[in-house]
Amino acid sequence: MGCCCNTINVTVAGLGGQGVLKVTDILAEVMFQAGFDVKKSEVHGMSQRGGSVSSEVRFGKKVASPMVPEGESDILAVLEPTQIETNLGKLRKGGVLITTDDIPLDKLTNPKALNSMMLGALAAHFDQPDELWINVLKANLPAKLHELNVEMFNLGKNAIKR
Amino acid sequence: MSCKLLASGNEAVAMAAFDCGVKLGVGYPGTPSSEILDELSRSGGAAQWAPNEKTALEVAIGVAFANCRALVTMKHVGLNVAADPLFTIAYSGTPGGLVVISADDPGMASSQNEQDNRRYAIAAGVPMLEPADSQECYDFLKRAFEISEAYRRPVLFRLTTRVCHSKCVLERGSDRLAPGAGHYERDAKSSVMIPAYARIAHRKLRAALHELEKLNEQGEFTREIRKSADLGVITSGIAYQHVLDAAPDASVLKIGFSYPLPMETIRRFAASVKRCVVVEEGDPVMADAINAAGIKVEGKAEMFRFGELNVKRVRALLAGDLTPETPPVGGKLPALCPGCPHRKTYEVLRDLKCIVSGDIGCYTLGVLPPFEAVDTCVCMGASITVGLGLRKALPEAEARRVVSVIGDSTFMHTGVNGIVEMVYNRPATGHVVVILDNSTTAMTGLQENPSTGRRLDHTPAPSVSIEKTVLGIGVDHVDVIDTTAETEKFSELLRQRLASNDTSVIIARRPCILALAKIKTYGEAK
Repeated sequence: MGCCCNTINVTVAGLGGQGVLKVTDILAEVMFQAGFDVKKSEVHGMSQRGGSVSSEVRFGKKVASPMVPEGESDILAVLEPTQIETNLGKLRKGGVLITTDDIPLDKLTNPKALNSMMLGALAAHFDQPDELWINVLKANLPAKLHELNVEMFNLGKNAIKR
Repeated sequence: MSCKLLASGNEAVAMAAFDCGVKLGVGYPGTPSSEILDELSRSGGAAQWAPNEKTALEVAIGVAFANCRALVTMKHVGLNVAADPLFTIAYSGTPGGLVVISADDPGMASSQNEQDNRRYAIAAGVPMLEPADSQECYDFLKRAFEISEAYRRPVLFRLTTRVCHSKCVLERGSDRLAPGAGHYERDAKSSVMIPAYARIAHRKLRAALHELEKLNEQGEFTREIRKSADLGVITSGIAYQHVLDAAPDASVLKIGFSYPLPMETIRRFAASVKRCVVVEEGDPVMADAINAAGIKVEGKAEMFRFGELNVKRVRALLAGDLTPETPPVGGKLPALCPGCPHRKTYEVLRDLKCIVSGDIGCYTLGVLPPFEAVDTCVCMGASITVGLGLRKALPEAEARRVVSVIGDSTFMHTGVNGIVEMVYNRPATGHVVVILDNSTTAMTGLQENPSTGRRLDHTPAPSVSIEKTVLGIGVDHVDVIDTTAETEKFSELLRQRLASNDTSVIIARRPCILALAKIKTYGEAK
């Protein structure tokens, strides 16, 4: 994916505190640096006190609405199994669903880095070079967390066969 | 050199405020507006949290009377609190630029109502700009200050949740205006609203609004897309973005300056298409105004007045599809965090079968299982006063069960007046107020407040003591207790106070579990 003419819609979902918004922040920045028009949307506040969270990124030549129309997500990545059903309606027919079953959870050494592993799995579906993803990932995290999160990113990415 | 970056609407507003020489940003935190002042402060601008929105607007008015630029930020319901100064500063205006951000929350992602603050622009007679993305947030805010100064009018700047929090590409200008040095020129006829001067000021305001309408007709804030002659859509704000996706072939008139409306531009546009529909989020403000001006346009069906619009809903709106909408599959509701200091407090209130008059904050979640302890919640500060009303009206046995709960930040916001009321008009059974002091403004993202001892940027500040404040006002008893560490003691104390006819404040003090780690880093950084 990553064609220049159509808008690509990605939805990432999970629970408050899992780092869902960090995943879409990084995805949006990568696609921005790759030269696309990008929009990203989510809601903050009360909805985040451990409740369901979802965040959306749209990118392409020119993007209008920042919200992915219902049932038009090309990719849906869900960090928490209980949140799959809630969000499945956002995925288009034939779209790609990524869940924690698709990533090597047995190799997740720190639960806080689950989002980086999921980011890796997402990245596997796009053509942008690893270097770009990892640079943006690092720019979004304090230096002491770089090694762990880059490792988890790579594990997530390599787990997806294209 | 200008630079391109990804920025949310809130970040774009902060950047524009910094770039156009805002002397002071002041506000009260409230989703979806909260990040603006943090960003302004981080970028090097001066920003501070006020105890409430009325205070914030009044401080800003002072800055603008001193010929400097002032930015005020708040969520939609905050403008209710600040409405008193707003309606009169609309008359007098200020020589320095004054811009008030109203961040509305259609769909109530994190609010108690979905009021449409475009109504305030009309009611107060204040020009309103309404950006539709981060770029417009940036460009319009700079212009808002210029308009405010050129016309000597405060400007309302209406954002909505999706404009505040959506990130998109922003081209930031390279020019930086330094904040002006304040100076004062006496102009009592403009600045002192005694009736004799206010009568003149009201006429001046109405004349200024006519001039502003002419400015709006020039088209600077209006975007017109000419396509199909069969369908024309008049829209504003985030709804414009949805319209582009939902009706790519329609002609579109996008309004960026939403009061006073450019009615002649609208008349020409409506006449140029066979069918003209107004697509707006919230109340039918534009549709009603346009129809009242004798221009025939279609408004939206009542069902689209509720909640946010999105591409799917705009398609249905334009198609006249009134099929009842299926509610989205319910996600997991928010809840008090594990380890939250409010948990034990609510367990005791529940077990003692108290009638709990609640307030606005994380602790409103005490209404949900497993606590189901909160009985009422109206607006900021209302817990104490509503509790007093209940005590005055209920039979004694029930009156004795009434407890008001309020957070530390909410207490500083508008809770203090409730304590004054409690001491002055004390109910026969007395009253008990529990101040849930978790040492932060947790719900909106852990902002500081006057009692935390830190400024907006987390550097040390004088702390307003809650216990000294309530003692000074004259309550009979003040106790401070950690209800998590001493749950049984709290339960016993509460029973004692409820049985007496005294006025009591119990401060349940224990830091928010999310704030604890952050508070440690504030110390390290200094």
